Amino acid sequence: MIVDVNVHLGRWPFRYLRHDDPARMAKKLRSSGVGQAWAGNFDALLHVDLDAVNHNTALWCRRWGGGLLVPLGSVNPRLPDWQTTLLRCVQRHKMPGLRLYPGYHGYQLDDPAVGELFRLAQQHRLLLQVAVRLEDPRTQHPLLQVPDVNLAPLQGLLKAFPRVPVVLLGALRSVSTRELEAMMDWGPLYVEISMLEGTAGVQRLLQRVPRQRVLFGSHMPLFVLESALLKLMESELSQEEQEAIRHRNAQVLLSGKKPS
Amino acid sequence: MPLDRRAFIRGSALTLGGALSLRRLPRAGAAQPTIWDRRSLQRLRIWDLHGHLTGVGGTAAERIRWILRYARRLGIERVVFFMGLRFRRNPAPREFRRDNDDLMRALEAAGEHALGFVYLNPNYPEESLQELDRCVRNGPLVGVKLWVAARATAAGVLAIVRRAAELRVPVYQHTWYKTTGNLPGESTPEDAARLAAACPGAKIIAGHTGGQWELGIRAIRRRGNLWAGLGGSDPTAGMVEMAVRELGAARVLYGSDCPGRSFASQLAKVLGAEIAPVEKRLILGANLRRLLTAALAAKGIPVQP
Ligand SMILES: [Zn+2]
Repeated sequence: MIVDVNVHLGRWPFRYLRHDDPARMAKKLRSSGVGQAWAGNFDALLHVDLDAVNHNTALWCRRWGGGLLVPLGSVNPRLPDWQTTLLRCVQRHKMPGLRLYPGYHGYQLDDPAVGELFRLAQQHRLLLQVAVRLEDPRTQHPLLQVPDVNLAPLQGLLKAFPRVPVVLLGALRSVSTRELEAMMDWGPLYVEISMLEGTAGVQRLLQRVPRQRVLFGSHMPLFVLESALLKLMESELSQEEQEAIRHRNAQVLLSGKKPS
Repeated sequence: MPLDRRAFIRGSALTLGGALSLRRLPRAGAAQPTIWDRRSLQRLRIWDLHGHLTGVGGTAAERIRWILRYARRLGIERVVFFMGLRFRRNPAPREFRRDNDDLMRALEAAGEHALGFVYLNPNYPEESLQELDRCVRNGPLVGVKLWVAARATAAGVLAIVRRAAELRVPVYQHTWYKTTGNLPGESTPEDAARLAAACPGAKIIAGHTGGQWELGIRAIRRRGNLWAGLGGSDPTAGMVEMAVRELGAARVLYGSDCPGRSFASQLAKVLGAEIAPVEKRLILGANLRRLLTAALAAKGIPVQP
C-alpha cells in the first residue's frame, strides 16, 4: 500500500492530461497500488473563488474517491477574508490540511499574512503543504513564469508554530539535499519525491535526510505516476525505508491531523 | 475530460488528410502492467541513449560501474555514454580528446553494458573531424555528440554531420527551447531541423526533444531523418503519446540523461504512456539498435535486433 501525498484534481491550465478526471485518476491510482492520495486542485492556481474550488475538491473526492482521495483545500492569504475560506475547509469540508501556492498566488512566505495562516493552522491542527515548484521554469508558458518558492522564511515560521507540519511539494530540484539536511532542524518539515532526480536518488537523499521526513509523491496527473513508483525500485532501500516512504510517514502525519 | 481523445485524433487525421501521417491511434485501456518488476523490464530489452560520467565521484571506471549498477536494477541492458568526467561547454581540442579518452576508458570497464558517442566541438572543425576518425572510424565509439559550443546551424557542424553520415553513425544534437533563454551556442529543434534538411543522409537525434516537447515535436516532425531523444526533462504526462502521434514510434528514442536524471523518471515517460506494447519496445531499445546497426556491425559487435 502506498500513500501519495501529491496529486491534483481539476485542470492543468496548459495541456490535456490523461488522468485529469477524478474517476480516471482514482482508477489509475488503485491499479498501481496507491491506497490513499492527498488531492489538491489545479483550479486553485488561477481561480479567485477558492471557496468554489475547495467545494469541488471535497465533492470530487467524496464522489469518486471511495475513501481513496483525501481533499486538501487552498487559501490565498492575499485575498480579502481568506480566513473564512480556511474555516470552511476545516468545518465544512473536514479537510486535514491546506495546500499553498505562494508562487502562483504571488506572495512570499515572509508575508505577515502567512504568519497568521500558520497560527490558524496550528489552532485547527492542520498540516500545510507548500508547492515549491509545479513545473520546470524552463518549460513554463512565457506569460506565466512562476519562480520557485523561497523557503528561508520557513525557519522562523516553524519556530513560532512548531506544531504545524509542513510538507514541501516539488522541492527537490530547487533545494539541494545538503540544504535540506540543515532545514530538517527547523521543525516538522517533510519532502516528497516527485521532483527528485539523479541515479539512485532516494537512496542518496536518505544519506542526508532522515527517512521519517520523506514521503511518496507522484505529482499526478502532470507527471507520470510510474516515475515515483520506479524510483523506489531504482534505489537500494531497506524494508524499513520502503515502508516509511511508501505509507508509514504519511499515515503518522495524517493521524494527528483529523480535525474533530 | 471534456474531449474524447480518440475522436479528436480521428477528427484531426481526417482534416489533415495525408499531409501528416498519423501512424496510429492510441488505444485506451489496453491491459498493460502498471506495476513493473525487473524481470518484466528486462524482457523489453531496454537500451538507454543518453548517459554521462559527471556528477559522481571516482575514476572513469568506478563511475560507469556505479551508474550501471542502478541501470541493471531497472532491467536496462545497455547505456550509451558521452562526454568526459566533467561538462565542458566549449572544449579545446586537447580537452575533448581527453574527455573521449576518459569515456573510452570507462567503456572498457563496462564491457558489453555500455557504448559511447564521441564528443566534438564544431568551433574546431578540422580537429573534430580528426577526432571523429580516431574514435569512431578507428576506435570503439558508435556516434557523435554535439552540445552547446555552437548552434546546429553553424558552419562547422555540417562538415561533422556529413562525415558522420559517411561513417553511418547517428549524431546526437542537444536541443532546448528554454523559456528562460538559451545559451548563445545552444540549438533549438528548429536548428536541428535545418541541419537535417541540409544533410538528408545524416541521422540526427534532437536531444531532450527540445525540452518544451510540444514545440520540439512540431519543429522536427516533417524531417524523416530526425529522431526525438526523450531523456533529460521532467516526466510530464503526454510527451511520448504526442511524439508517437506526430512522428511515429520508430522515430522516438528512450534515454535517461543519467546520472543527473534518474532512470526511473525517464523510463516512466515510456512505460506510463498510453501507447501499444510494441511501440514501447521500439522506443525503449529496438529503434536505437537499428540506428546503430551499421556501426555495431563495423566493429563486430553482435546484436540481436
Ligand atoms: Zn545529457
